[in-house]
Amino acid sequence: MSEALAAPAAALPKPTIRRSTRTSRLSLVGLAVVSVILAVLPFGAGQGTTNLLVDFFILMTLGVTWNMLAGYAGLVSVGQQAYIGLGAYGVLWLAQHGVEPFIALPIGAVFCAVASAPISWLVFRLRGGYFAIGTWAVADVLFLLTIRDSSLGGGTGTNVPGLNGFDPTVLGAYTYWAALVIAIIALLGGYLLLRSRVGLALTAVRDNEGAARAVGVRVDGAKRVVYFAAALGAGAAGGLIAISQLNVQAQNVYGVQWSAYMIFVVLIGGIGTLEGPIVGTIVFFVLQRTLADYGGWYLIIVGSLAVVMAMFMRQGLWGIAARFGIKLFPVGYNVMTTPDRATHGVDRALPPSGSVSGSQESGTAP
Amino acid sequence: MTASDPILVADNLTIRHGQLTAVHDVSLSIAGGELLAVVGANGAGKSTLLRTLAGLHKPAAGTITLAGEDITHLSTDRRVRRGLSLVPEGRRLFLSMTVEENLKVGSANGRPGNWTPDRVFELFPWMRARYTEQTAHLSGGEQQVVAIGRALVANPRVLLLDEISLGLAPVVVKRIYETLPALLGTDMAVLVVEQDVAQALRVAGRFQCLLEGRTTLEGKPSDYTANQVEAAYFGFGSAVAT
Amino acid sequence: MIWINAIVQGLMLGGLFALFACGLSLLFGVIGVINLAHGDFAILGAYVAVALLPSIHTNALWALLFVPPIFALFGYGAQRTVLQRSLDTGPLTTLLVTFGLSVVIQNALLEGFSADSHSLSIGALTTNAFHPANGVVVPYLRLGILLAAVAVLGSVQLLLRRTSVGRQIRAVADDAEAASIAGVSTRHITGIAAGIAFATVALAGLAFGMYAQFAPTTGSTWLLYAFEAVIVGGLGSLWGTLAGGCVLGLAQTIGEQIAPTAGALAVQLVFLAMLAVRPNGLLPARAAV
Repeated sequence: MSEALAAPAAALPKPTIRRSTRTSRLSLVGLAVVSVILAVLPFGAGQGTTNLLVDFFILMTLGVTWNMLAGYAGLVSVGQQAYIGLGAYGVLWLAQHGVEPFIALPIGAVFCAVASAPISWLVFRLRGGYFAIGTWAVADVLFLLTIRDSSLGGGTGTNVPGLNGFDPTVLGAYTYWAALVIAIIALLGGYLLLRSRVGLALTAVRDNEGAARAVGVRVDGAKRVVYFAAALGAGAAGGLIAISQLNVQAQNVYGVQWSAYMIFVVLIGGIGTLEGPIVGTIVFFVLQRTLADYGGWYLIIVGSLAVVMAMFMRQGLWGIAARFGIKLFPVGYNVMTTPDRATHGVDRALPPSGSVSGSQESGTAP
Repeated sequence: MTASDPILVADNLTIRHGQLTAVHDVSLSIAGGELLAVVGANGAGKSTLLRTLAGLHKPAAGTITLAGEDITHLSTDRRVRRGLSLVPEGRRLFLSMTVEENLKVGSANGRPGNWTPDRVFELFPWMRARYTEQTAHLSGGEQQVVAIGRALVANPRVLLLDEISLGLAPVVVKRIYETLPALLGTDMAVLVVEQDVAQALRVAGRFQCLLEGRTTLEGKPSDYTANQVEAAYFGFGSAVAT
Repeated sequence: MIWINAIVQGLMLGGLFALFACGLSLLFGVIGVINLAHGDFAILGAYVAVALLPSIHTNALWALLFVPPIFALFGYGAQRTVLQRSLDTGPLTTLLVTFGLSVVIQNALLEGFSADSHSLSIGALTTNAFHPANGVVVPYLRLGILLAAVAVLGSVQLLLRRTSVGRQIRAVADDAEAASIAGVSTRHITGIAAGIAFATVALAGLAFGMYAQFAPTTGSTWLLYAFEAVIVGGLGSLWGTLAGGCVLGLAQTIGEQIAPTAGALAVQLVFLAMLAVRPNGLLPARAAV
């Protein structure tokens, strides 16, 4: 023991700290290219493709935000549909009062974020599964209150005014771009949040909430920030749903199936990673298209897949890839002693092997 | 099997916690009617060793034999049925339940034998009056005694006691230790793990000292001076094999 | 008199809520499983009756004899395989696994039985009632459900307090490792607790099926009510669950009296109000916060 201390410290190279690896720098470039391609897509592709991608972006946004909630802040909510509904009905109400639907979209999203403050005061009183139920109850209350208002369509739904004046192709393109922008904001927002101090706090919470509190991490503040951001994202998604479907129906936008989709997307892709929800959404859509002929079976298969992954492959499909060091989003820190070869990484994109902490896990014993 | 044959034998146990090796190649044996004390500082591996004997950890190498039967891979609850009972560190009583209920759970899956609640009361008379009280309301020392009682009513052949002095006043610890020799008369083997070396050696027939997972000294307390034991405990000088 | 009737109806409805909540309370209190598929399992029980009854008898009361034991066995098996494995991975997993199971069960039922409503016929008993006072109607079925809830909760409570198995279940709930140190076979005991819980779930589903129409998606609503009854009543207390159920039942019926179709809303509002004011519930043995 004493021998090692006597060795001259000069023998060790001075380490440098980098935020990105070569892979992540390459992939960021790749993502930028993909974004440009996606942006010009409406000029080349047909409506079928752009409509499909709108649904894809909506689900991806929901997946990314739910992943922040559950995978990083430990808040397993099955009530995000509260904000989807609020966002959709927000657009509807504003449109009924003369606001342009595409202007109403961000307003509705912001309204949802504001509404999340009093709601979080209520539901944060609960933990774990009871928190999940509380969020669901809130969504249910909003649903029950909304259907009493016949001007909003009551139980049967109503059309969103202000969209008839558009040429269908143009409307499709605008909707597509709105969806693309929202998805990019969600991803970028998540990425920037994770790179920030709040993000560091969240990663600590993700790994071990008790320990995080013990070292002084502002856990509750970080959770509220995430809940706020998730409400914003879900509200935007809800507004998009209203615009893309031209119609708002309470059973649909306040339905718990949205939570099911979000959860599946994140579980299959990989909880606690930023790239996971993207992979999950792709798989979900592929499954949905290929199993479309079998009706309800695709949900049974997707559900069973999610169950199996939750039990045996918690890191999801992306988590498996990440084991090989592949990272798209450089949110971690890499300590390097030689240029470009990381010898020890603190990786914020990859959860530790074994369990991912939920909000009431007290940490794994060795 | 005569009274001097060992009833519990641990052969060359190596136990790991993840990447850390907590116990290296440690052996011990204990016979009926014997009190063996395993002493050592914090982190020496004593509790890990005891918990492995009880079945809460699986050893990476080595075997554990109880009355000739290999129990190395047997689950904890099955070991109780074979006659190996642990009084765990920190008491670990069922706090929502009364003293009576705790003892009843202890005897539900034990062996038939002489240790009934009445016999436990002979050893610890105060318990009779507080039999129906919730254990959450008892003091630390009282809880420790109930925990011992809970293990006794399973009629073990081997009783393992894990750090029973922790968190208790010295006077209380002394009183509990004074009752231990009474158990030996029934041919029970008692293995005590302790940080408080003086207390343990006062009642032990034999002892074994661990340091960083290895045995540094073993034998009868009367065979060694206090300095020698201290050296083995802390790892000074030639008493330590590195 | 209308209000007295509303109160009476509310208490009887509370019995149904409590029956639903009983299994949930057991599963969470003892095993630590938050079962988001709870309501769907109950409705599954009703569907099992629908599938098997034609070969046995037309009166669905017979289902009370064979469906709960099937579910008890299933619960034991599920606990020792799927649920235990999820628990070992972490509390987040059980939420996700049971949520996934919920979706799978609902859609499997949709595939198997279509979205049409079903109900369980118990002959004349469905509508027979007595009138203790003018304007107060007490249907035998609903009264029976309330009495059944009290009986079930009481029996489970008795089992837990007085029997060796019950003590061992409580020991595992207090400290599972200490229980195994004391010789309790924790896997077997949690299996038994799950078996009991699932048997009560089946009873709840059958009771519901006799009381109203059900469809594959009915389970979700009742899951919410069951959890809310447990939270309002207080975690860890079976009688609290009964109290919670009654509070919610009263909210429903009194709400309906105030404004038609406001019953469901009233239940949710009362729940959220309780959450704001008294998050630990009416008779808590443990804290939810």
